[in-house]
Amino acid sequence: MKNEKALDQASMPRSSRRRMPRRDFFKILGSGVIVFFLPRCTGDGSPVAVPLERDLTKDYNAFLLVGEDGTVSCYSGKIEMGQGIITSLVQMMADELNVPMEKIKLVLGDTDLCPWDGGTWGSMTTRHFGPSMRAALAEARGVLLQLASEKLKVPANQLTVTDGVISDPANPDKSVTYAELTKGKKIERYLDTKPSVEDYTKFSFVGKSYHRLDAKQKVTGEAKYSGDMKLPGMVFARIVRPPSHGAKLTTVDISDAEKVAGVQIVRDGDLVAALHENRDRAEEAVSRIKAEYSYNELPVNDKTVFEYMLKADSYENVETSTGDIEAGKQLCDKTFDTEIHDPYLAHAPIEPHTALAQFEGGKMTVWASTQTPYPLQDEIAAVLALPLEKVRVIVPFVGGGFGGKSANNQAVEAARLAKLSGKPVMVAFTRDEEFFYDNFHPAGVIRIKSGIDKSGLIKLWDYHAYYCGTRGTEILYDVPNLKLTDHGDKENSPSVHPFATGPWRAPNNNTNTFARETQIDIMAAAAGIDPLEFRLKNLKDEKMIEVLKKVADMFGYKPGKGKGGRGVGLAIGTDVGALVAQMAEVEVDRKTGKVKVLRIVCAQDMGLCVNPLGATMQMEGCMTMGLGYTLTEELAYEGGNIITRGYDSYEIPRFSWLPKIETFIFERMNEPPQGGGEPAIITVGAVVGNAIFNATGARMYRMPFTPARVLDAIKKV
Amino acid sequence: MEETISFQLNGKKTDVKIDPTETLLWVLRNHFGLTGTKYGCGMGFCGSCTVLIDNEAVRSCTITVADVKGKSVVTIEGLATGDQLHPIQKAFIEHDAMQCGYCTPGMIMNATGLLLKNSSPTDEQIKTGMEDNLCRCGAHVRIVAAVQTAAEEMKGGK
Repeated sequence: MKNEKALDQASMPRSSRRRMPRRDFFKILGSGVIVFFLPRCTGDGSPVAVPLERDLTKDYNAFLLVGEDGTVSCYSGKIEMGQGIITSLVQMMADELNVPMEKIKLVLGDTDLCPWDGGTWGSMTTRHFGPSMRAALAEARGVLLQLASEKLKVPANQLTVTDGVISDPANPDKSVTYAELTKGKKIERYLDTKPSVEDYTKFSFVGKSYHRLDAKQKVTGEAKYSGDMKLPGMVFARIVRPPSHGAKLTTVDISDAEKVAGVQIVRDGDLVAALHENRDRAEEAVSRIKAEYSYNELPVNDKTVFEYMLKADSYENVETSTGDIEAGKQLCDKTFDTEIHDPYLAHAPIEPHTALAQFEGGKMTVWASTQTPYPLQDEIAAVLALPLEKVRVIVPFVGGGFGGKSANNQAVEAARLAKLSGKPVMVAFTRDEEFFYDNFHPAGVIRIKSGIDKSGLIKLWDYHAYYCGTRGTEILYDVPNLKLTDHGDKENSPSVHPFATGPWRAPNNNTNTFARETQIDIMAAAAGIDPLEFRLKNLKDEKMIEVLKKVADMFGYKPGKGKGGRGVGLAIGTDVGALVAQMAEVEVDRKTGKVKVLRIVCAQDMGLCVNPLGATMQMEGCMTMGLGYTLTEELAYEGGNIITRGYDSYEIPRFSWLPKIETFIFERMNEPPQGGGEPAIITVGAVVGNAIFNATGARMYRMPFTPARVLDAIKKV
Repeated sequence: MEETISFQLNGKKTDVKIDPTETLLWVLRNHFGLTGTKYGCGMGFCGSCTVLIDNEAVRSCTITVADVKGKSVVTIEGLATGDQLHPIQKAFIEHDAMQCGYCTPGMIMNATGLLLKNSSPTDEQIKTGMEDNLCRCGAHVRIVAAVQTAAEEMKGGK
């Protein structure tokens, strides 16, 4: 948790500004019962891991409105980017308030309507926002029962609620609807004591599978994304881009571009843009701007980066230390030194970063594809020197985020251009810009020294992570002597990364789980013990053992070397509170080095699962997306110049890659909910790498497993 | 520079006075307000902008408005018949064959073109036919199932 928190915070833009004062929500929303709640604690009682530069007495994390018409609105700064909270939040609300799901409306990601939120990342919505929201809903229900009690003259504890109707079971004539109670009333209440939420045995909606509530909008084209917004007088911006990260604009000649009829060229420092009501004409104009840059290319590229990182002057931070590494070595019969390499990755959402900005009456309104509307609001206010209440960010549907949309350059540019030009401005990144300005998954190196005794028990684990973060470095296995060292950029010295890096679905856990589970496999093979047996032998955590046994059972696992170019691999991992175990069967073409994943099976313990269908979709998505970082995805670059700038050169998973995918989610109705959108991706690299070993005897130390690397590894067997 | 281009758009005869070199995708989105057709890469690699032109799935980012002169263009907005969704749309809902939904219109239009050519595809043929439509969320398994369900329903004359 510590590592995750540090990383989550590191990836978020932080602000020391005080939050805006609470506005008059009633004015905006009309009458109804409003319940505020603070993000005081998570389901497991631990503090919420969000930056807390806020005025806690006024900065509410969410609020609810029981409307006059009986609908219940939830205002949340979270956003929907495909992960399905548009369904799961509604399920949770319906259960706490005892109203049908269709009576609930979600308003997401609008900084004027919704209270502050740190952003939609780290699988926090269900884990952290969910319990806080449920507590607030329980309080709202309490308020409504009190009102009903007064109206019906029946003690509150005799009343029951069904489908938004409060009644006295002993006297069916005595009933009143939420709508009747709230009509014309304005009641505000703070939650100073933790109310009791609905017992899981009373859940009607939570824990059951529901289809996506946004599906119809999405299949008809009605669903609106940022680029689908349109305002009168709106212009499209195309911006002059540097050849490389770190380049500075020296000269610019706009004379030719100005010949394009109807174009407006705007310049503000390094920002030079062509604005036109017609997108193709804006494109034409920007291509006619001649710009020159100066820059010193960093002496690093995708081939030399790992050596470059290991030579760099890094800080060292021992994050975990148990037992004694030197003493551990004495206990070992065999020791193993392994170095793992992982490249930079792009998020490559199908919707590029897009934003529409309008500056009117001194107020900036921005519709943006972002995972972080409030940090974006802070950023725009700071850049344009506007008070926070003069900046409104609205987030329509987001076409995929995966961590990439926690960086918001396009929205800041749109806001700057709207202010400069006085027109509503749309900045929609091209695919080229999307690749260039991504906040990439960081490349990294892992070095592990580990050892086992004669019986195959792990006695030593000395783990070093270089520049790739430590999420997912929990050892999981029972090891008496272990040390975890994080190596990263020194404070106040330039980053080793030649461009921006940031969170990428289960940030850094893909790298660390690949490293750990590869090393475990190496040790199992050297000990002559089946990799499943080796893991079970070295695990103590009963839950993890149960998850691993489950996946082996689902898979029909049989020990032994792979045959006919086929092999089986397994791996376990933990992320955002959930446990996963995976097994995969692959086929390796020994002539071409091409790897085809035939089948992948995953068991997941994610605590209370709000919507098993939604969670299953996330697991399938994780495993499908995971095939990309495992088999093909890597960024090519020369210094700050990104070479890989399209889907032709950066290959993401396609239909023909599809393995048979099987999933299982443990039913844990009485436990706190954990993350679901990330865990099943973390093990994909390791299960495939270990399966390649099982099939061929070739060990993979570098992702992705391209045919050339697989052939190379086979030659070394 | 501008000329009048006539074509069928979602079943209606349409005349538009426009620069004929304009990209069809931007004309659909910005001139006609049909924003269901999405920009994903602008180079024909991702399939988000797929529309039907004379019943053939085509990437609208790779052609100009002049290219559809005298032809029939169908976008995601023109697929349903009144309130009645197309069987492929219904099957996508039934199978939850989407997550973020951004690639969905292109997926559905491409699948429509596919089923017009082959009404009884195998799973392998669906995968081959959908191969160049990209989805980053990983909804692929559900999309294959949805296209298969739609094919069966369409054969049943619905």
